[in-house]
Amino acid sequence: MSESSRLSVLKTYKLYVGGKFPRSESGRVYEVQDHKGKWLANAPLSSRKDARDAVVAARKAFGGWSGATAYNRGQVLYRVAEMLEGRKSQFVHEVAHAEGLSKSRAAEVVEAAVDRWVWYAGWTDKIGQVVGGANPVAGPFFNLSTPEPTGVVAIVAPRESSFLGLVSVVAPVIATGNTAVVVASETAPLPALSLGEVLATSDLPGGVVNVLSGKAAEIAAPLAAHQDVNAIDLTGADASLARELEIAAADNLKRVLRPRGADGEDFTADPGTHRLTAFLETKTVWHPTGSLGASGSSY
Amino acid sequence: MTKFEYAPAPESRSVVDIAPSYGLFIDGEFTEAADGKVFKTVSPASEEVLSEVAQAGAEDVDRAVKAARKAFEKWSALPGAERAKYLFRIARIIQERSRELAVLETLDNGKPIRETRDADLPLVAAHFFYYAGWADKLDHAGYGANPRPLGVAGQVIPWNFPLLMLAWKIAPALATGNTVVLKPAETTPLSALFFADICRQAGLPKGVVNILPGYGDAGAALVEHPDVNKVAFTGSTAVGKAIARQVAGTSKKVTLELGGKGANIVFDDAPIDQAVEGIVTGIFFNQGQVCCAGSRLLVQESIQDELLDALKRRLSTLRLGDPLDKNTDIGAINSAEQLARIKALAETGEAEGAERWSPACELPSSGFWFAPTLFTNVTQAHTIARDEIFGPVLSVLTFRTPDEAVAKANNSQYGLSAGIWTEKGSRILAVANKLRAGVVWANTFNKFDPTSPFGGYKESGFGREGGRHGLEAYLDV
Repeated sequence: MSESSRLSVLKTYKLYVGGKFPRSESGRVYEVQDHKGKWLANAPLSSRKDARDAVVAARKAFGGWSGATAYNRGQVLYRVAEMLEGRKSQFVHEVAHAEGLSKSRAAEVVEAAVDRWVWYAGWTDKIGQVVGGANPVAGPFFNLSTPEPTGVVAIVAPRESSFLGLVSVVAPVIATGNTAVVVASETAPLPALSLGEVLATSDLPGGVVNVLSGKAAEIAAPLAAHQDVNAIDLTGADASLARELEIAAADNLKRVLRPRGADGEDFTADPGTHRLTAFLETKTVWHPTGSLGASGSSY
Repeated sequence: MTKFEYAPAPESRSVVDIAPSYGLFIDGEFTEAADGKVFKTVSPASEEVLSEVAQAGAEDVDRAVKAARKAFEKWSALPGAERAKYLFRIARIIQERSRELAVLETLDNGKPIRETRDADLPLVAAHFFYYAGWADKLDHAGYGANPRPLGVAGQVIPWNFPLLMLAWKIAPALATGNTVVLKPAETTPLSALFFADICRQAGLPKGVVNILPGYGDAGAALVEHPDVNKVAFTGSTAVGKAIARQVAGTSKKVTLELGGKGANIVFDDAPIDQAVEGIVTGIFFNQGQVCCAGSRLLVQESIQDELLDALKRRLSTLRLGDPLDKNTDIGAINSAEQLARIKALAETGEAEGAERWSPACELPSSGFWFAPTLFTNVTQAHTIARDEIFGPVLSVLTFRTPDEAVAKANNSQYGLSAGIWTEKGSRILAVANKLRAGVVWANTFNKFDPTSPFGGYKESGFGREGGRHGLEAYLDV
């Protein structure tokens, strides 16, 4: 039997929540099409309940992930790059369909995404040295500032750049020890759902990244208002949705990363560090140094 | 009660395949020395000859520097992200081959497998992993925009941590865009030659890393070579001073990581059991052949008896013997020369009036061995309190006040490391502020991490290795 006459097996795309691959609790799906309007797959249409479940999973994973050594997190992110490199052809295929790109252009996009994981893998154990440090206070005190992850971060992933954009917003959030609930591109969610399969086989603890597909407005609203979400990245929200979400986010003073410019962001450019620092807290510890004396210091 | 004896638990030698001979690694190829000279490398635990290795001379140094210079243009022009990926590959291959390399290192160096397996090799891989990440982030390192590499780095490393010292030298050099010529120590050339094979597996471009086994003359030729832009040396203070004289008047950038006589200060409120463990780690890790060893114990007079009793009890449980045995704490001294030096200094200690003590300890009949040794009644005037012994010999001094502890700790030509043991946080910080040493460990000792800068004050050398600070040594800044 020739290959062309064989009927291929289609994939059932599922969410990635808490390290597992559930369908939407609502039982709903929606049709995902390529740029020519051809049917590609049915993606789960996530509900508000799915969003809340994802927050629970992300919160549960936060202690372990933020408590892991920076070296360990770097190894895991590098492992993601290794796993992705091995599944490059699958993602080239999916990105080409999702974004209407040629094979070679899609391959460039996927390779840039692999390299982006490597870029952030290297940041895990360096960001503290770049943004933290000893503060020379005018007194007999040891004073040291170190960055810490802010907690659970909701991410509205870019709409157009379904894979490089997605990786560019997810990797910096988890590199520093946060956990994430990601709302995939509404029209092109398939690369994001497949990324879940890569993450699940890269030693990343379940719940560190949770991927939801569906309508951004429907899922992002409860995330922006959620009292157990610490920050929100609005990169993939249009101007009116971004404003609405930012207002909701103010209720528990979430850290907010606004979309950059009306035309969206160029994800092929040097990523810099702003996405790393957007979701960090700074902790400063004071300790008296006292003075030497016959019996040591009095503290 | 009967004492249960340890059964032998040897790690298998079969994971490592040592060839009968090795060449120099120049421009991606193994090659003989120009004058055909070779030397033998032996296992210090048994004196068995492990392999015969080509011995580099001045002509080979010149060939290697030329190869490194040729490779520099392309290597330094690579995007940082690509250099990073080569180094990540190397880190991963080291992780994969770490058991093989641990056994090899133990055979060639004599240190216990427990240390090579649990300390040396994990640190080696981590060091490459860490600096790999810097290669495309140099703009963020605090040295201004687009900092440039220096060129060809000539690196000379010691025998006490052969592969770890190689990692400390090569990883930051390559990350910043330099190419290297590295000379491993004459008693421990093998792990560097295995590293050459790792470079091949990683597909590293030819000439970026060149390995020249050899003696001091090859090291001197490398330091002196006019086309070397950077000299990095770890070893004795005497050789470090000679290198400083050699490079005088040139534009070569130099970093030196030299000897030490680390003070380990134990205050009366210290947790005694933890302090004893820290003292043991401080001086008996790697048979005391560690530049940052805590070789001077400064103990507060009021707890001297209690601490020394506990320390002697602990020393009696240390197991000396076959380095490949997983239960071994103390392995072999690296060479006959080093053993002779330790013996001579210990005899000087006795002759000058210090009191010598060692636990009952049977030494193997072949190989180079020295029992863990403790000297009490030591004063600051004694040779064993001033000179680096580089062996498992601890000199115990006492103090009454924190001021006295600091004064005695700083009373040394060296300033590499120090330890502080106390329950009081402010005392740790006050004492640490006053110590003239590059690394201060509080309630711990001999801790290393690729993110943490390491290096000395005073005659322990200059420059830092590790951390963001370690990049500076290889950048034109």
